[in-house]
Amino acid sequence: MASRPSTAPRRRWGSTLAGVLVLCVMLFPLYWMLNTALQPASGLLRVAPVPHSLDLSGFSKAITDQGGHLLTSLVVSLGAVVICLAISAPAAYGLARFGLRGSRTIVFGTLITQMVPGIVIANALYNSYVDLGLVNSYFGLMLADASLGIPFSIVLMRSFMVSIPGEVIEAAQVDGAGPLRTFVRVVLPMSRNSLITSGLFAFLFSWSDFMFALTLNTTDDVKPVTLGIYQYIGAHVGDWGSVMAASVLSAVPAAILLVVAQKYIAAGITGGSVK
Amino acid sequence: MTTSSITAPAAAREPRTTVPDPARQRRRRTLARWGFVAPAVVFMLLFFGYPLVRNVVMSFQHYTPKTFFTGHAPFNGTDNWSHVFRDALFGKALWHTLVFTAGSLLGQFCIGLALAVFFNRRFPLGGVLRSLILLPWLVPMVVSGVVWRRILDQDTGVLNSFLGTLGLGGHTPWLTSPGVALLSVILVNIWIGIPFNMVILYGGLQEIPRELYEAASLDGASAWRSFRSITLPMLRPVITVVLVLGFMSTVKILDLILALTDGGPADATQTLGTLTYQNSFVQLDFGAGAVVGNVLILISAVFAVFYLRANRTEGK
Repeated sequence: MASRPSTAPRRRWGSTLAGVLVLCVMLFPLYWMLNTALQPASGLLRVAPVPHSLDLSGFSKAITDQGGHLLTSLVVSLGAVVICLAISAPAAYGLARFGLRGSRTIVFGTLITQMVPGIVIANALYNSYVDLGLVNSYFGLMLADASLGIPFSIVLMRSFMVSIPGEVIEAAQVDGAGPLRTFVRVVLPMSRNSLITSGLFAFLFSWSDFMFALTLNTTDDVKPVTLGIYQYIGAHVGDWGSVMAASVLSAVPAAILLVVAQKYIAAGITGGSVK
Repeated sequence: MTTSSITAPAAAREPRTTVPDPARQRRRRTLARWGFVAPAVVFMLLFFGYPLVRNVVMSFQHYTPKTFFTGHAPFNGTDNWSHVFRDALFGKALWHTLVFTAGSLLGQFCIGLALAVFFNRRFPLGGVLRSLILLPWLVPMVVSGVVWRRILDQDTGVLNSFLGTLGLGGHTPWLTSPGVALLSVILVNIWIGIPFNMVILYGGLQEIPRELYEAASLDGASAWRSFRSITLPMLRPVITVVLVLGFMSTVKILDLILALTDGGPADATQTLGTLTYQNSFVQLDFGAGAVVGNVLILISAVFAVFYLRANRTEGK
């Protein structure tokens, strides 16, 4: 390849230009979502490529209609994160360090759970939830949503905890700390990054969940925003402005997390999938 | 957990523990260790193991809307199975699922790989652009579906307006014609899957030592040749992972199709996932839903076995 010093920088900026173009194509639907949200008056008509004026009435209607559902999503997702971390962090430690008989089977089983289709789980779960009175309950949905993050978190945190130097843990034990205290005082602080990554993903999985919201709720008592938007398009066909405004609001957490916690997200996608 | 609460019973038991029982201590330690793992195991058994078993049982039971008042679902042999298999819709849904999965994976993977290779070159702002591309993947899938539903609208959607200005027709009924809807759904799913494929493949590319490429270019190998002889073979394990994970998440898809087409028009985008949903939660025939769900699991399981086999032979 020709790498004469005069052409090299220009070529690299050419790559940047190409990259920007790719990004524009990939993000266009999201731009269009925002654009449509700002033109609520267009209704069923064609939407102008750029909003002519800043019309926020779509957003105010979306907040009136969907604000409660956004709050529900937030509560359910935070609950799911707590359940997910409380269950998977100790398990990851146990599977990483204790050399228990059957550990390998459990890790294998954890990987296999990714194979089970969600709708199959919902099919059986709905019937049990009816018997247990968990249908239309916050706790029931939190539990189901936690199941989206638990296998991922166990795999991710375990692969991190395996790499904690054994001397550190032994030192804590010599000081007389039991396994629980070692875990809380030594292992958890050291695993901070993988804990954050797991929590983030558990949140995103739960926030994006639609299937459990759709199947485990029969009333309007517990309605996350994903379900709210889905039912919105059925009922408000002519009102795309507020549907899109609600969509924008539901995408905000993802956008914030991508900016604030970019490092953790990239680590999670690669770490959770490649072993 | 304060020291006083520990010392008190310990002092009372002092005489007995003068002769420590190592076997008992070990047992207690093992028990404490299992305490860490047990909650997760129980949870996964309840939320993944139990539904698998329950679905098999349910597929032999007769569910009606009344079942949820009476709690009565009598066993009816293989009625659900023969009923589902005789329905032409099942064959259609199976075919759509296979086409949807194959088409989505092919598109996501090829474009994802191309972008990964592209971003693997160093250029200004490359890192920022690469991470921004992730955004579509992080938006809830239902929301993406709703947005695309607006974009693909036949009369007022922006895609048709755009094609119209270019003089390329612009009247395609993307989501409302049975002949085109499945293709549209696949295209949207490709868009959703590109970021995930790109990030994982990019991670794999980063692991390939740059010296290999330098050596190849010294030997006069073309870019295409290095890609074929270095990149692809070195990337193989990562490619397997991407494709397997992609398969698992694509074959069971539900959210996107419900948001885009609700399985229509005329069942043109009905897949095994949506059919399970329709049977169970719309018709309230959970027996029939369980049958379709079991087929879905079976397909995933067969694929998983192939994957594990391939992995094992590769490891040796």
